[in-house]
Amino acid sequence: MANGDRLYRAVVFGLGWLAVAFMVAPVAVGLVMSFTAGQTLKFPPDGFSLRWYTALFDPVRSAPIHTAIWNSLQIAVLTVLGAFLFAMPAAYGATRLKGKVSAIVEPLMLAPLVLPTLVYGLAALIAFSNIGLRPSLPLVVLGHVVVFGPLMYRACIAIAQRLDPSLEEASTLLGVGAFMTFLRITLPLMVPGILAGAFLVFMQSLDNVSVSLFLADARTSVLPLRMFQMIEESLDVRVAAISGVLIGVVFVGLFFARRVLEPARSA
Amino acid sequence: MTRGGIPFVAPMLALSIAGFLVPLVVLAAFSFSDPAGGFGMANYVKLFADPLALQVLFDTLALGFKVVASTTLIGLPIILLFWHAGPRERSLIVFLTLLPMLVSNVVRTFAWIVILGRQGPVSQTLAQLGFIPAPRSLLFNETAVVVVLSQIELPLLLLPVMAVLSRTDRSLVSAAETLGAGPWRILATVILPLAAPGILAGWVLVFASATTSYVTQSVIGGARHIYLPQYIYREVGVLFQWPSAAAIAFVLLATTGIIMAAMAMLARHPRLASHG
Repeated sequence: MANGDRLYRAVVFGLGWLAVAFMVAPVAVGLVMSFTAGQTLKFPPDGFSLRWYTALFDPVRSAPIHTAIWNSLQIAVLTVLGAFLFAMPAAYGATRLKGKVSAIVEPLMLAPLVLPTLVYGLAALIAFSNIGLRPSLPLVVLGHVVVFGPLMYRACIAIAQRLDPSLEEASTLLGVGAFMTFLRITLPLMVPGILAGAFLVFMQSLDNVSVSLFLADARTSVLPLRMFQMIEESLDVRVAAISGVLIGVVFVGLFFARRVLEPARSA
Repeated sequence: MTRGGIPFVAPMLALSIAGFLVPLVVLAAFSFSDPAGGFGMANYVKLFADPLALQVLFDTLALGFKVVASTTLIGLPIILLFWHAGPRERSLIVFLTLLPMLVSNVVRTFAWIVILGRQGPVSQTLAQLGFIPAPRSLLFNETAVVVVLSQIELPLLLLPVMAVLSRTDRSLVSAAETLGAGPWRILATVILPLAAPGILAGWVLVFASATTSYVTQSVIGGARHIYLPQYIYREVGVLFQWPSAAAIAFVLLATTGIIMAAMAMLARHPRLASHG
């Protein structure tokens, strides 16, 4: 018995933390690599410097990267806005549907999360081309709202289901209309879900390759595709600096959004 | 509570139908059109007669299963660690799971190029220990793709399991201990059955993601080892064969869909679901 206990403990704690290290190590490697003083991707680096960050922020040499970052930020912000306008009210409305109706509506709203985004990108390209729409930045935003809106929906519905109906009833009894009640009472209560959803949608949109691949035109370069090309063509170390910036953004965002993103709460 | 839901749901419902369902139907219709303008199975016949396409399809599905197996193997110790951890460690483990998941796929793939590259730590260590004569790149083979995808998809397996385990009552374990069960027995008869619905839900996500991760597959696998997503993109972007690309996309959708549906059905199996 005692032997089994000790072995069990060693396996669980030893292997467990080892596996956690495997999961997190690449993030640490990406962060350390971004401070290398060298010309190559040698790891561990021979020395540390901020030269690749300087190169990344150089307005002349890194102009194409800046354009890509600007495009991606625009797309991500507009996608979050679109997801907020469509998915947040839908999450609230879905909690007020009859069982039978919501059994049809729910899977349809969440379906884009299961479909490979690459297949959706191709489907959207073919469908939009058929009605005469050419690949462009607005089309990328539309595609991203369809594919990532459900993330906002899922984050909001977790909150909407726990809302206390008596608050709304009180508001209605006081003679406030349904729309104003939603705006003044329900919306503020859903803010944690909206923020968590916005963070998820923003990061996913910023990272998406497979939808942008099909829906962006040749002039609209987006950041992940640009990085992808830089990696494929030349292993440019500036990619490490971009990685450093993106990891920093996740770190800060996660620090604030952590409490709403815990699986016990959002699942 | 059943009044007034429709107006709030309607805009997103319209978007889902017009922006999601309709394009999928168009894609399906397109896959049955032939270059001459008629309808038929020509694209599918061509696809299933092409040994290269079949090989790529087979490799892609095999990749999905390999990544599912390896994430499960690597994930199990973390699941056990999470189960035995106190509230503070649990919250740390969740943070360390969410962190890599939210970091861009391209960034993580890039980090792996550094790790598995010629000048990376793995190749240097192997060379020093004498396993390989000189440091060399460990990229551009299937094993590398499986290892990298396992790291990238691991959070997708862990999060559903953690959600399930956070909701379960630990008194079941105390009861088993009181009855004299050792830790290994408790693992097999209590913890794993409790985690099973979460693990199966995670499998679906990992499989879906691993089979369609275009960036990782092309960067880590290289040009010689291609999978269906690259094959589809080549048909569209290089060869402009939209109908045949649509057919391949549908085959990808159908095959992965069937496998994922089987996993999801397993998760609802009465013997498993009763625990969740």
